[in-house]
Formats: sequence, structure tokens, C-alpha cells
Amino acid sequence: MVKSTSKDAQDLFRSLHSAYSATPTNLKVIDLYVVFAVFTALIQVAYMALVGSFPFNSFLSGVLSCIGTAVLAVCLRIQVNKENKEFKDLAPERAFADFVLCNLVLHLVIINFLG
Amino acid sequence: MMARGLLRFLASLLALAICNAASVSQPISDSHRSAAVDVFLPLDGSFKSLEEAYEALKTLDVLGIDKKSDLSLSTCENVVKVLGSSSSALKDLFYALSVNGILKCKTGEIVPKDIVSKLQAGAKDAKLLLDFYYSVRGLVLAKEQFSGTDVSLGDAEAIFRSIKALSQNDGRWRYSSNNPESSTFAAGVAFETLAGVISLAPSEIDQSLIQTLKTGIVKLFDSIQKYDDGTFYFDGSEGPISTTASVIRGLTSFAASESTGLNLPGDKIVGLAKFLLGVGIPGDAKDFFNQVDALACLEDNRFSVPLILSLPSTVISLTKKEPLKVKVSTVLGSKAPALSVKLADALSSKGSSVISNQELKFDADSATYFLDSFPKNFDVGKYTFVFEILLDESANEKAYITEAQTKVPIAATGAISIENAEIAVLDSDVGSVESQKKLDLSKDGAVSLSANHLQKLRLSFQLTTPVGVVFKPHQAFLKLKHESQVEHIFLVKTSGKKSELVLDFLGLVEKLHYLSGKYEIQLTIGDASMENSLLNNIGHIELDLPERPEKASLPPLQPTDPYSRYGPKAEISHIFRVPEKLPAKQLSLVFLGLIVLPFIGFLIGLTRLGVNIKSFPSSVGAATSALLFHGGIGAVLLLYVLFWIKLDLFTTLKALSMLGVFLLFVGHSTLSQLASASNKLKSA
Repeated sequence: MVKSTSKDAQDLFRSLHSAYSATPTNLKVIDLYVVFAVFTALIQVAYMALVGSFPFNSFLSGVLSCIGTAVLAVCLRIQVNKENKEFKDLAPERAFADFVLCNLVLHLVIINFLG
Repeated sequence: MMARGLLRFLASLLALAICNAASVSQPISDSHRSAAVDVFLPLDGSFKSLEEAYEALKTLDVLGIDKKSDLSLSTCENVVKVLGSSSSALKDLFYALSVNGILKCKTGEIVPKDIVSKLQAGAKDAKLLLDFYYSVRGLVLAKEQFSGTDVSLGDAEAIFRSIKALSQNDGRWRYSSNNPESSTFAAGVAFETLAGVISLAPSEIDQSLIQTLKTGIVKLFDSIQKYDDGTFYFDGSEGPISTTASVIRGLTSFAASESTGLNLPGDKIVGLAKFLLGVGIPGDAKDFFNQVDALACLEDNRFSVPLILSLPSTVISLTKKEPLKVKVSTVLGSKAPALSVKLADALSSKGSSVISNQELKFDADSATYFLDSFPKNFDVGKYTFVFEILLDESANEKAYITEAQTKVPIAATGAISIENAEIAVLDSDVGSVESQKKLDLSKDGAVSLSANHLQKLRLSFQLTTPVGVVFKPHQAFLKLKHESQVEHIFLVKTSGKKSELVLDFLGLVEKLHYLSGKYEIQLTIGDASMENSLLNNIGHIELDLPERPEKASLPPLQPTDPYSRYGPKAEISHIFRVPEKLPAKQLSLVFLGLIVLPFIGFLIGLTRLGVNIKSFPSSVGAATSALLFHGGIGAVLLLYVLFWIKLDLFTTLKALSMLGVFLLFVGHSTLSQLASASNKLKSA
């Protein structure tokens, strides 16, 4: 059973991997960006856990900037994905423009809160 | 001149007040004379005006002070100049003649007839009271000084009537017929002027006119004011001294000029004299002149000459056994006529009469009356002596007047005997004496006692007056002084037969601040009537007190140096908020490096995915807008960095709004071009 479990896991992983390779490049870029943002947030949380949350506003600001930009990237991915029927009429450039604008506003707030 | 003199007055006034704290008047004395020298002799050797010169010279003359010769010369020069000039005013002529009367200058070159005719014309044409005064009094002075000249007043009765027209019903006089303002001062001036008119033309003035003036004088005396101690004065806008002096001058010259005699109430005359003497040494030259001039008028007048009773010393010392001296003199200090002084009553502070009807003996050499025998029961303390003066009427030419009774506060002092002085330490419960020492309070002692907090300290002594009565002193203090200079003072109470103080240490432990150790004992007994007041160190007491509990107050800190309170105070150590603990610098730098790693990972991933910028537009227009788009985003991010470092929100927002608008246009163009390009690709 163990062997079949591990084989199943391996099979699962391989199928996921192959399915993922089929996704278009631009979506992969967005995914990579999200992963980068989340990792940055995790490192910040680990730092705070280590040294204490003294300038708490700075911590929040840093973490929220990463999470916020990740969320906006996810929204972009949804809107840009051609397989998504809901956003068929929306031009991807328009979605990208929204992404840029929202990021700029988010970062203004973040910088103000950073202190 | 005034500032230098003022300090002297204050000093002599103080001296006068200290030795004359009662309501006893003192006649003019040498302190007056020395003060007058300071006030009136000008520093630069000449007087500022003839009026000032007259006031100064008259005062110095009355007080018998010698005038300096160079001062007389310079003043005489001024006098001769004024008298010789034809354009001098009436006032200047009057004062020049007054000064001449005192200094007796050499006026050989002056033609008296010119002066006299000027004054006569002035008297005839005068309308104001002061003009009448200067011209009429000037003529009187001219008559005295220039004996050969004929000085007549012209129509004396008309002048008399026009002056009299200025009188009022209430006894006051007006300065002119136009001005309704009236004053008592003007009344004095008017009487002097009228006296001058009468003396220049005695036969021309009707007696009935003079009689109406006398009723005016009675009305004037109705407006007299008085103080409770029996002094009388006239008040007005010129001040009490000037007004009183003016009235006295007027009345004395009026009484001197007419023959029927003037009857003035004697007690008021004495009251006026006492008022003037009560001023002491006046503060300014005008008051000084008025005081001395008025006293000089009172000294020798036609109605009644006041006599003043004064005492050089108001303290009787029972140990020295000196007699009590009393002087009777005129206001200027001259000899009084034959009279006798009687001590009608000597009232003690309780009100009982100790001496009555004792006649004082007279010592002709010093012209003083004295009382040298006191009854056996005359004890120390405060008394009020009541003196009466009996005049020997038959021998006198002048009418003298004195106060009915003169009340003088007298203090009697003596040696108080201190007996049975002892200090003891008692056991509080039983009251038995643990140790007892006799004290000799005539000198310091060195008694040594010891006590603990359960015991009591008792100090007792008996004070007796020379007569044998128990004496209660004004001050009886016991002071305990610790080695650390902390002091405590206790009052010794006198009751019945003796004076006693009991200190119960059990109750005093807290007051003594729980300080055990050696205490010096000091006793003070004092009183105004006690000639042998004492402040003695009696000895030491070793006190054993319990330990200080936590809550007890600490003894007050004694300053080591009395000026140390002006030195710097203790430094204040401020307590600041403890800053938050920041992590070690190296740790922070390590994590800074760690943060960068995901970014590097992102970049590596991008290259692995094979991202490219192939679809970057090649045409110029599109390329520029694309470049500007990326540049704009970069600029906004740079703005954010600057905002974090140093900018504030408002400048950032301003810049951001401008960049945002720019970015909007540029982005729109770029992205629409991209969109159209991909559409073309799709359709193609």
C-alpha cells in the first residue's frame, strides 16, 4: 500500500506538472510573481517572529504590501485567462492597466503606513 | 539740599518719636535748630527767591541761629536791587522789605519815597486780597525801616471797608470779590492786613467796624478741628500747618494792633500750640517756616501765652532712685513765669491711684520741677501720671494759659528678685524626684541631667517685685538645643505663687523628632519693667528617646551655611521612557539579504520561462509612448521612495496627481496600441 501511495503521489505530481506546462506563458509569469510575493511575506513573518513586533506598523505594511500585490496579481490572472468565460469581453490590456493602477494606489498607502 | 536734609529729619523724627512715644509735647529744642540749618541754608550760597529768603531768615532768626555773612551779603544785594528798581511788583517789594527787616541791609542809596508811593498806589488800586496784603504790610515795614519818611495810607477807612467786603458769614474770607472760593488761610491773611491798616491809621477806623471783626473771629473758631489728645488746628486746601499758621499770624497781629483786647478761648490756644509742636520736625521748608513763625507769634502775644509741660525722661528706675524731672516752658523753650506743678494723680495700669496731690519741688538752677519721693508701695509697671499747673497770677504782666491736666504715661522699672530656682527630673508615674538641682540664675550654670522618655523635666522659680508682689514676666522661655542644632522652645507659665514648666517627654517624643543625645538648656526671662532680664545657659540634659519609627517626620535639616539656600539646588534626574529593544544590527542585515532572495528567484524563473520583449513596438510613436509609460511607472515608484525618505504626504500627492494624469494618457495610448496590434494579429 505504501508503495502504491507513493506511486500515486508521484503520478499525481507528474500529471499536475504536465497539465501545468500547458498553461500559457503569461499566466505562468503571473503565477511566478504571486509565488515571489508570498515568499517575501513569509520571510517577513519569520523575521518578526524572531525579533518581536516592535515597529508593528512597519511589519503590517510590509506583509500587507506582499499579500496585496499577490491578490491583485491573482485578479489579473483571472481576468487575463482566456479559458475564463466570464471575462471574455474584457481586453487583457485593460486588466493590466487596472492591475498597475491598483498596485500604485496600494503602494502609496503602504509607503505612508511604513513610517 | 532737600534730599540730604530729609534723611536727617527722618532720623531725628525717629529719635523724637522713640523718646516721646506718649502724647507729651516737647518745646522747640536743639534738634530743631540743627535741622533748620540743614533745611534753610542753601548749598550754593544764595536763595532762589526773596520769598524763600524771607522764610529761611525769619526761621533762623526765631531759632537764634547765626546766618552766614556771605549769604547775608548776596541776599542784601538782591534786596537793594529790588527796592531800587522802579518796575518791581508789590509782592517782591513786600518780601524785599521783610528780608531787609531781618538783615538790616545798607540801603543808603535807595529813595524811600519812591517805594512808599508805589505801595500807597498799590493799596489804593488793589482789588485782590493778596494785593492789599502786600501793599499794606509793605507800608508797615517801610514805616519801621525808614523812620524819616511819612507813610500814610490815604483813605484808610475805604481800604478797610473794601478788605472787609471780602469776608463771609461762616468766618472764612474770599481772595477776590469775583471768585467765590473762600478759605480759612485767606482769613488769616485778611486779619494781618487789617491789623496793618489799623496800625497805620489808628484814629481813622471806627470801633464798630473792629467789633464786627471780632464776631468774625468767633465764627472762625467755630470751624476749628481737633484730635482726641486735645490738639486743635485749622484745616484748609493749603494744608493744616499753613492754614493754622496763617490764622495765628493774623490773630496775633490783630490783637497787637488794637487796644481793647481780644478774648480767645484759652484751651484752644493751648491746643493750637500743642498741634504745632506735635508736628515734630517738619519735612519741608514751607511747613518748617510756618511752624516756627506761628510758634514765635504764640510765644509773645496779647491774648494768652501758652505754656508747655514736658518731661525729659518718662522712665522711673526704682534701683537708681533718681527723681522724676518735669519742665515747664513756653513753646520756643523760654523760661516760664512763677508757677507750681502738682502731681494730681498717679494711676496704675489697673486704674488704682497710687500717688495723689503731691506737689513737685522746684530747682531754680536747672529750672525744673522734680518728684523725688515715691511711696513704699510704688511697684514696677506702667502708670499714667496726671500733672496740673497752678499759675502765680499776681506776678504776671502777660496772660498765660496751660492745659487743665496733662496726662503722661510713665514706666517704672526695677530689679526683680528670682528665688527658689530649681530644675528637676521626675519619674512620671509616681511623681517622685529622681534628681534635683538648685539654680543660680545670676550667671550661666553647668547643670548636668539625664532623662529618658518616661520621665519629666520640671523647671520652677519665683519672681518677686521690689514691693513683694509676685511678678509675671512678659517673656519666659526655655530652649532645648540638640547637638545637631535642632531647637525647641517652651513657654514657662506663671500662676499664683510661682512660675513653672513641666516637660513630659512621653508626649514630646514626636515633637523632638526622636532625637536622643545631649541637649543644651537655655532660659530667657524678660520684661519691659525688669532691669535684670536674663538669658542664661543653665546646663545640659542627656535625653534617651526611643528609635524613630518609619512614618515619623525627620528633623528639619539645619543649613550648615545660612547662605546655602542661595546655592545650586539638587540635580533632578529625569526618567525617560525606556526605548524599545531593537534587534541586533547583523540579524537585520541578514534578513535584508534573505528578502532579496525571492526577488532573485523571480528573475531566474522569468528567464527560465523565456520571457521576452519581442512585442515591444518598433514604430517611433508607439515606442516613445511605451517608453514613457514604463518611465512613468518608474517615476511613481521613485516618488514613493522619496516619500518614505523625506517627503510628506501632501507634496507626494501633488506630484502623484500630476504623474498620474501623465501616466493615464501615456498608458492609454500604449495599451490601446498593444490591443489593436493583438487584434490585428488575431484577425490576420
